[in-house]
Amino acid sequence: MSEYTSLTPEDLAEMLATIGVASIDELLGAIPDDVRLQVPLNIPAGRPEQEVVAHLRQLAERNTSADDEITFLGGGMYDHYSPALIESIILRSEFLTPYTPYQPEISQGGLQAMFEYQTAISELTGLPISNASLYEGPSAVASAAYMSKLANDRPEFVVSRGLHPHARQTLATVAHGWGGRVVEVDLVNGVTDLTQLADLVGPNTCAVIVQQPNFLGAVEDLSAIAEIAHAAGAVPICSADPLTLGVLEAPGNQGIEICVGEGQTLGNRLDFGGPSFGFLAASAEHMRRMPGRIAGQTADVDGRRGFVLTLQTREQHIRREKATSNICTAQALNALAGVIYLAWLGRQGLPELGELLLQRTAYARTQLAALDGVELLHDQPVVREFAVRLDAPADRVIAACQDRGVNPGLALGHEYPEYENGLLVAITEQRSRSDIDTLVRVLGEVVAEIIGSRTAAGVAG
Amino acid sequence: MSTRTDFAQTAQQREAAVTIFERGAPGRRASMLPEIDVPLQAAEALLPARFRRQEIPRLPEVSEPEIVRHYVRLSKRNFDLDSGFYPLGSCTMKHNPKMHERVAAMPGHSRLHPFQRPERAQGALELMWGLQEALSEVAGLPHVSLQPSAGSHGELAGVLLTRAYHEARGDAREIILTPDTAHGTNPATVTMAGYRVVGVGTNPDGGVDLDDLRSKATDRVACLMLTNPNTLGIFDPNITEIAKIVHDVGATLYYDGANLNAIMGISRPGDMGFDIVHFNLHKSFTQPHGGGGPGSGPIAVSDRIAPYLPVPLVTRTDTADGPVFDLTDDAPQSIGRLRGFQGNYGVFVRAYAYICSLGGEGLRRASEIAVLNANYLRARMREKGIGEYLSSPYEGSCMHEFVLSGGPMKRDLGIRTLDLAKRMLDFGVHPPTVYFPQLVEECLLIEPTETETRETLDAFVEIVAEILAEAATSPEIAQNAPYTTPVRRLDEATAARTPVLRQSFDRE
Repeated sequence: MSEYTSLTPEDLAEMLATIGVASIDELLGAIPDDVRLQVPLNIPAGRPEQEVVAHLRQLAERNTSADDEITFLGGGMYDHYSPALIESIILRSEFLTPYTPYQPEISQGGLQAMFEYQTAISELTGLPISNASLYEGPSAVASAAYMSKLANDRPEFVVSRGLHPHARQTLATVAHGWGGRVVEVDLVNGVTDLTQLADLVGPNTCAVIVQQPNFLGAVEDLSAIAEIAHAAGAVPICSADPLTLGVLEAPGNQGIEICVGEGQTLGNRLDFGGPSFGFLAASAEHMRRMPGRIAGQTADVDGRRGFVLTLQTREQHIRREKATSNICTAQALNALAGVIYLAWLGRQGLPELGELLLQRTAYARTQLAALDGVELLHDQPVVREFAVRLDAPADRVIAACQDRGVNPGLALGHEYPEYENGLLVAITEQRSRSDIDTLVRVLGEVVAEIIGSRTAAGVAG
Repeated sequence: MSTRTDFAQTAQQREAAVTIFERGAPGRRASMLPEIDVPLQAAEALLPARFRRQEIPRLPEVSEPEIVRHYVRLSKRNFDLDSGFYPLGSCTMKHNPKMHERVAAMPGHSRLHPFQRPERAQGALELMWGLQEALSEVAGLPHVSLQPSAGSHGELAGVLLTRAYHEARGDAREIILTPDTAHGTNPATVTMAGYRVVGVGTNPDGGVDLDDLRSKATDRVACLMLTNPNTLGIFDPNITEIAKIVHDVGATLYYDGANLNAIMGISRPGDMGFDIVHFNLHKSFTQPHGGGGPGSGPIAVSDRIAPYLPVPLVTRTDTADGPVFDLTDDAPQSIGRLRGFQGNYGVFVRAYAYICSLGGEGLRRASEIAVLNANYLRARMREKGIGEYLSSPYEGSCMHEFVLSGGPMKRDLGIRTLDLAKRMLDFGVHPPTVYFPQLVEECLLIEPTETETRETLDAFVEIVAEILAEAATSPEIAQNAPYTTPVRRLDEATAARTPVLRQSFDRE
């Protein structure tokens, strides 16, 4: 057992004497007996470090990680390569162990990293103002919605079904608190139905929210969507995948006013879903409604360039109930990983990676669609993810493929009943042509076997 | 230290801040990507021109050695917990065990996809179940959701749960009470969740003013949000009476877990009458703070709140082959999701490892030593040379943290709490929380935590005594401090008035 403490019996005796009490228990005298815990906590006794490590390893070994199978699983988090230098930098005590930079004179490293991060996010999204990060992607969508509520105080959010299901559900949960409603727009051939969108948007619409590329991997026409929103005075919001923004037009250049997204693909681990970070960038008129921390450049008394947390009159510790958000802790370390990743990938690397994803994804899509019992769910342009429909139960296909060492992707039917037996396939730069060929072979075999057994059963019957 | 204010510049101060965007050269790069190994298709066929990016984002053009040196250099412009004392009140800056990074990095944890099917993520779900059980035990409440991402997110969950609870009974309420000592996140959360804040006063002993509470507790009140021990470091001895007042009007009682490090294994919020508790795994359960995140803010609730917990929920079924874990969305009264996936699992791994290392007894010892260290430091801060300038507004012992008032120091020495804090920076310690809670004049909120040695606490006392002695003859030293940090006092007013929030690329 270790409490990571250093108290010796001599320390204890002398410290109690200094305080002027006989025991630690005496210090706890303010706690009435009837709310004192009279028994020990029912939590197993502490163990030595090596035993804890062994226990955690045993638990880890009962998970099938992205190292244990050839995985094409995506749907919001992706197995992209994270270079070694990220871990080496973010594990430095100076980045890992400080608190939020309340004392800027001794926090210039973290504050400057936030400023660099904000610059990178602003460049990616084509919007001038970025905050210093939010919790993660779907809750960032809800934060953007709350910003637009502060802007126009309208009650209704018109949301594409191409927006991540978790983001739609999170928005519904949070908006219920302030009395907001969520209305969904269907997809047609994989993208937001613009006719239906135009019908649903009106004077009650606070914001229109879409995803780029959307949950089915399809590229949305953001300009057309922003135009519909603007015509009704609603705020156009986009949740974007930052890694695709080397090849896809910047949302800010297409009329989007608030762009948010999930930052996991920028050098962060999968971690079974977190911690990663969410980003949020906006046009200038939304600056003072932004949630979360924002770093700004300034100078010290001697004129040296320096950085501080700024626009703090938006924030909870100053404005309390009038704050633009309750957010206090963000995801500084994950956002640092994000900006290091973007520096590593670099100005040339970002579009190059986009082209690689476009080409490999197109190859995988063509090869899979050629299989018997597999057809495209839509034929829209895609960057790294696409959807197919299987002529076999998707869950069964996935389980059988996994038994052969390949995770073919995500079954869509659970979140999208309209796409029963849909399969969402993600291609990252970590999946080579040879991996894709393995996927095509294994998926083809499994689907053929299931169709074959069904036909055989039909003949027998 | 000389008694002048024109100290020589340090090497770090002479070096101007340069951003990553100002380093490098056109065409330089660090990444080398895999070859395109598939038959090339026409670019226009894959992505029509109208969707294509016209101008490439101006990301840095730097080599790997430049990146490493840049960020290592930046890191040296940060103060951190591993380097020195960090008694930041309400933040629980306890040691972050190094083993936690080792276990969190295991591929079975760090490279597990969140959409992996539950039958292939049994280790992760078992870990989450185990963590839920332990947190439930610490809270004294039977049901736990690990989903919220931070304390503020846990608060939002708690207030939305309160709303769902009242709505299910057809009981619309519009007010949430928060004490005037509350963290700013409490009132901010209340507004976001569509309620109105009404403040409750503090009595002369630092606890909730019961008469004020009684006068404001009506059937329009949905909830009282409380921290106990509160932000003054005081355990409110009237807690059962407070709970009774709140419950008698049908409201819920919410526990802000920011100060849980004082009472683990000693007293449980559930036993005090709280309905909803949030934990800050980055405080009591020692997730590294990362310069402002990541955190994690699980919640524990009573039976009557349980039907509304956010989804997904972890389930456990005992079979002949042992327990089987799963995730379910099947909770018809749930408030719904609060974020993507299952929560900050990487944080859960560290918190779980911490609980395994300490055990129930160790958690209790940690809290006891946190209280001991705070009271010891407080006693020493009352000694001659300090106590007459930094007064203790409340009598009796404190819990894991305590407040001091710099009022006498300001009047007698002419330096403010801000000056004292800034001068501490020259001595290699992080200052306490300052100017919070707001009801204490020139407030300092000091939380030493259990992982600091007695020598560190003694050294801090010496530093404070030295600064105060220095101020007695030369207050201008503290008033202009710091001198040795990478930059000196920064112009925050201009930063807010004319915000520069990103690098400009005028060179292009």
